[in-house]
Amino acid sequence: MTTKLMGQKVQRVEDQRFLRGLGRYVDDVAVEQDVLHAAVLRSPHAHARIVDIDVEAVLDIEGVHAVFTWDDLASCTPQMAEPLPLLIPHPALTHGRTQYALAKDEVNYVGEAIAFVVAEDRYIAEDAVGRIRVDYEFLPPVVGIDAARAAKTLVHDDVPGNVGARMEQNVGDAPAAIAKAPHRLELDLTIERSACMPMEGRGTVARWDPDLNRLQLWTSTQTSTGVRAAVAVKLGLDLGQVDVITPDVGGGFGVKINHPWPEELLVPMAARVLGRTVKFTEDRREHFISSAHERGQVQHIEVGFDDDGRLLGLNVEFWHDHGAYTPYGLIVPIITSTQLLGPYKPHNYRVVFESLYTNTVIVTPYRGAGRPQGCYAMERTMDAIAAYLGKDRAEVRAVNFIQPDEFPYDQGLIFQDGRELEYDSGDYPAMLEKTKALVGWDEFPAFKAEMAAQGRRVGIGLACYVEGTGVGPYEGAHVHIETSGKVKVATGLTTQGQGHATVFAQLVADELGVKFEDVEVVTGDTRRMPYAVGTFASRAAVMSGSAIHLAAKRAKEKVLKIAAEALEASEDDLEIVDGVVSVKGSPGTSIDLGTVSVLSNPLRYAFDEASKAATQFSVGDPGKPPVAEDDEPGLEGKDFYSPERATFASGMHAVIVETDPETAEITILKYAVVHDCGHLINPMIVEGQIHGGVAQGVGGALYERMAYDESGQLLNASFMDFLMPYVTEVPDGIDIDHLETPSPLNPLGIKGAGEAGVIPSAAVFAAAIEDAEGLTIKAMPISPSELYALRLENS
Amino acid sequence: MTEELHDVRLSVNGNTHEIRVPARRLLSDALRHDLKLTGTHVGCEHGVCGACTILVDGNPMRSCLMFAVSAEGSEITTVEGLTNPDGSLGHVQQAFLECHGLQCGFCTPGFLTTITAGLRENPTPTHEEARDMIAGNLCRCTGYQNIVKAVERAAELGFETDASAPSSTTGSAS
Repeated sequence: MTTKLMGQKVQRVEDQRFLRGLGRYVDDVAVEQDVLHAAVLRSPHAHARIVDIDVEAVLDIEGVHAVFTWDDLASCTPQMAEPLPLLIPHPALTHGRTQYALAKDEVNYVGEAIAFVVAEDRYIAEDAVGRIRVDYEFLPPVVGIDAARAAKTLVHDDVPGNVGARMEQNVGDAPAAIAKAPHRLELDLTIERSACMPMEGRGTVARWDPDLNRLQLWTSTQTSTGVRAAVAVKLGLDLGQVDVITPDVGGGFGVKINHPWPEELLVPMAARVLGRTVKFTEDRREHFISSAHERGQVQHIEVGFDDDGRLLGLNVEFWHDHGAYTPYGLIVPIITSTQLLGPYKPHNYRVVFESLYTNTVIVTPYRGAGRPQGCYAMERTMDAIAAYLGKDRAEVRAVNFIQPDEFPYDQGLIFQDGRELEYDSGDYPAMLEKTKALVGWDEFPAFKAEMAAQGRRVGIGLACYVEGTGVGPYEGAHVHIETSGKVKVATGLTTQGQGHATVFAQLVADELGVKFEDVEVVTGDTRRMPYAVGTFASRAAVMSGSAIHLAAKRAKEKVLKIAAEALEASEDDLEIVDGVVSVKGSPGTSIDLGTVSVLSNPLRYAFDEASKAATQFSVGDPGKPPVAEDDEPGLEGKDFYSPERATFASGMHAVIVETDPETAEITILKYAVVHDCGHLINPMIVEGQIHGGVAQGVGGALYERMAYDESGQLLNASFMDFLMPYVTEVPDGIDIDHLETPSPLNPLGIKGAGEAGVIPSAAVFAAAIEDAEGLTIKAMPISPSELYALRLENS
Repeated sequence: MTEELHDVRLSVNGNTHEIRVPARRLLSDALRHDLKLTGTHVGCEHGVCGACTILVDGNPMRSCLMFAVSAEGSEITTVEGLTNPDGSLGHVQQAFLECHGLQCGFCTPGFLTTITAGLRENPTPTHEEARDMIAGNLCRCTGYQNIVKAVERAAELGFETDASAPSSTTGSAS
């Protein structure tokens, strides 16, 4: 048997095209053709009524083909003039609101789409956008959580208190347990807005094919099937008339899971109306003001605990800023409220949140999706307990851990997927020991004293998390062994840099016994796999990986059945190595997979030597039908994986920082990650995911924020002013160690890894800076000037 | 309203192209949409992210900050031109492959061109110099860890290439 590829650091196959400049991202699609380009007029005001829109001046610009406003949408279909879908309704979301594809009567954030221009090129389209005149009647904007809670003005007239949802979950009686506890603490915390900021923004290309009466849509999305269904409904097409193809995607991190974006409907609508291929490519400023943000929350925590720091009751209230609309429902705050518990047993837990409207960009999941906020609340609480009791912060965490023999462990809550929050496996005490060893936790006090003697300030922080990954409902896969012996694999979820073409090919090569380079994987193409969910919640490896493994197994069963017949051997005696089926111990008796594929498909017509062998007249038992009753032609396997519930990955991060006594500059001296995502398919790719997550976490903890002014203008909507980390801001080296507690929920024992790196960042940096400075950190991110101000406040 | 058009002769990766474009057409758009060289990516349109970096007469430049008309007479190298004449990966590309220096691949062309120029200037960078070499480019996927390794690996490969074929020019494929 050849070496198993599962667990190997296999180099990525997709890199060949990316490195040569041959990637095909959405703005590269149809570049050879004569396409029209779209631009969007976006609201310059955070809250206003639209009195009038005058497009007269646009129509005589040479090169402009069409301009659309809300008034034009109903002539496409009545449903185009309706609000965009509320994708994930929830009983607690009593006041859900979504925007229109183009604003009707009112705008609720700077950046909301008002008009859509299609022209010969983007330059002309933007000229035209600049000539549209809109009369506004200004309304007072609601900006920030405090203003939303105060509710002196309302975002939507019919949403009292700006409250979209209020949700409460209880396990035991937390208030009573806290009241009885020997020790009690209260914490008030805030965490600011940030955003995914993939290097490629959103984009959509559509072509209406009048010959086939069919729409082809390329879009930079995290769910091609979701977009397909939404476009079909909105444009009044049958699902079978719409193909959605996700090309190479230049990063997602969550923002591209929300759908349909207005442009994902307007582009195909215009393509159909105009009979031309139409392209929309978002620019960077548009991405800042019209694509989603995340993170912003205010939290109030009450905790009761015993002399060892053991939690007796935890009562958390938080306020979540979801922006102007709620297309993605309550996913982010529900995740915060449930994943907050991390690896701990709270004994009694009450959590209540309000999800609030503001006149700002919508909030939908960003890598971590509410977990960073929850981890921040919990870990700040752990640090506060340790400080109060004068105990080691690691010790306080350890007394609260769920123990390895307690799995599966039911937290007693309902998770984001509507299922019980039941952890499947993990080993938190072992992980803590690894983390302490990796960062040098026990040696740190001596280091700190040594640094202090030189007038330097250093601090260490630790943060732990548990992440529900691989949520359902399902993913599927199709494996086709062609007569060449090459294997074509399709799964429906999309790819944004995770190396799916590599890791999924590893799984197929292992299961089928074929050469890795003979496997080709396609993702996110509804023509190849029309049933799929999408790439989010660290679910691709778990969901599609499992489905592909199962589909390959089915294909293999068929291979062995046909090969056994051809070789006159028992299936049990066969093995497949490098694409050749042979009788074990008798390598001369063999048949290659291509030939098995030929045999699987009785043909009438011969077009080459291989097909000649497969014509219905030359193979099979003439006394039986060419295709048996329980069989079908072709060498294929198809299967779906649908788990009962999510699988729970976990991790711990520790960081050592130095703060400059004069300038309050914050420098990272060491960053350590211990991570458990079960069995690793490709450690190189998992570590790459962790590296990227940590860098985004550094950005979120120390640099990135959305600077809205009181009128709802985003002041830093460019890469000049929104400070994403360059190499100079990230640690020079990240120490990583893995723990592998396999998941019992899927055939490969794997758990998701995509989001992990970013979850504990705000918590771990707050802890380390607090330790260095001897100050209490309640607000993240923290800049040097804020740390400086905090010093002055406390001096 | 008709825009005045200008004839521009662009020399890209050793090939000459003649296009007719308005004065305001960005070089990045001309490369991508007029010459169909879509390997050069546009990440911010204001010169900060570095994704659109190309080599103009060997120097790394942000093609989103240049007009196509201003590139007349210059020798331009894009990511497509970093591949060796025999079709194999150039040493910076090869180093990225070996070190897992890319994920989504969108920022990658700008890193490859920047590092190609950087290693020509300094073929044996120290670790600090390797970090400095990429300090003007944004990547949202990799956390830069493996890109720094790729710079160091590319320097090794460049050294090996030079040792085995002293006359080869690093990274250019004109």
